[in-house]
Amino acid sequence: MKQIMKMVLVLTVLGLVSGLVLSLVSNYATPIINENNREAIKEAIFYVLPKTEDYEVKTIEGKDIYVTRDSEGQVNGYAFTASGSGYQGTIELMVGVNSNLEEIQGIQVLDSSETPGLGGKIRGGNFKNQFRGEDASGGVSLVKSAPTEPGEIEAITGATISSKAVVDIINKGLDQVQEIMGSGE
Amino acid sequence: MLKDFVKGIWRENPVFVQVLGMCPTLAVTTSLINGLSMGLATTFVLIASGLAISSLRKVIPDQVRIASFMIIIASFVTVVKLLFEAHIPTISTQLGPYLPLIVTNCIILGRQEAFASKEPVSRSLMDALGMGLGFAFALVVLGSVRELFYQGTIADVEILGSWYKSMIIMVQPAGAFISLSILVALFKKLSSRG
Repeated sequence: MKQIMKMVLVLTVLGLVSGLVLSLVSNYATPIINENNREAIKEAIFYVLPKTEDYEVKTIEGKDIYVTRDSEGQVNGYAFTASGSGYQGTIELMVGVNSNLEEIQGIQVLDSSETPGLGGKIRGGNFKNQFRGEDASGGVSLVKSAPTEPGEIEAITGATISSKAVVDIINKGLDQVQEIMGSGE
Repeated sequence: MLKDFVKGIWRENPVFVQVLGMCPTLAVTTSLINGLSMGLATTFVLIASGLAISSLRKVIPDQVRIASFMIIIASFVTVVKLLFEAHIPTISTQLGPYLPLIVTNCIILGRQEAFASKEPVSRSLMDALGMGLGFAFALVVLGSVRELFYQGTIADVEILGSWYKSMIIMVQPAGAFISLSILVALFKKLSSRG
């Protein structure tokens, strides 16, 4: 009996101390982590819409849309996050479009676990810069050779699935945002 | 005392000799910096839980020792994870799920079972320090080798010139196994001479 009491007591005290320490550390770290995440979002917005001076979040139908303004206070575009399955795990993107939602201004990869050296190249400038100023009135499409038509994106050699995933995620996200914004205004 | 420290780095190196903790060893060593941060995070958890468990070794009843060790280890791992996320978010993203998975690293529970739960605090500290740094040392070597042959750099400093064509296999699982096996063989060769 005495032995059992001791076991219960030791585990209870350990659990309590552990809970106390963890809640203290969590109280300290959580605001900093949130701040880091906000900072990452902010950086991504400024990357996908380079002329941005300031932005505000608008939540329409449950979707966060970042309305960005240039140095003259004019709305210069919208940024939104979009995600979907890649070759490995989920790819999360920040997409920036111009104010009539017809031209992509830039994309940024927020999160992906694509194979380093292959699909991982979706994080690289060569791939991402293809989207700058790309006509997306009819969505973007993937080609395996140098693009000839507007809206065409060249796939990364050896990483067609990852490239296709990015294009699909963008199209899906664009559709959704066009619908939301179309109905909202 | 000194022997407790040195054995972890060389004669009983957790990676090269005991071949323990293979999951993080293979998964995160795509570059020197990733290997080093994983190594140091693990060292911290080893030292902290070693100290705690060694000082509580007479209080913790034998029947619930593993449960108690796990509470202590998991708490320290969570502390490390939160601090990494708060202060070095880029490295925390790179290490991904392997940071919280330090909980399941068998080196840590192994050292508590084999050493800290039986030996005084000072010796346990030396043991944890030695094993931790031995683990970090192995991860740094492996990370440097893989980074070098992947893109010709070590810690992002160019070593091989621009002529070097990157070997993608080195950052993939196959490259991890190949480099690790060559390093284990080399280590065996070196240590059997001395």
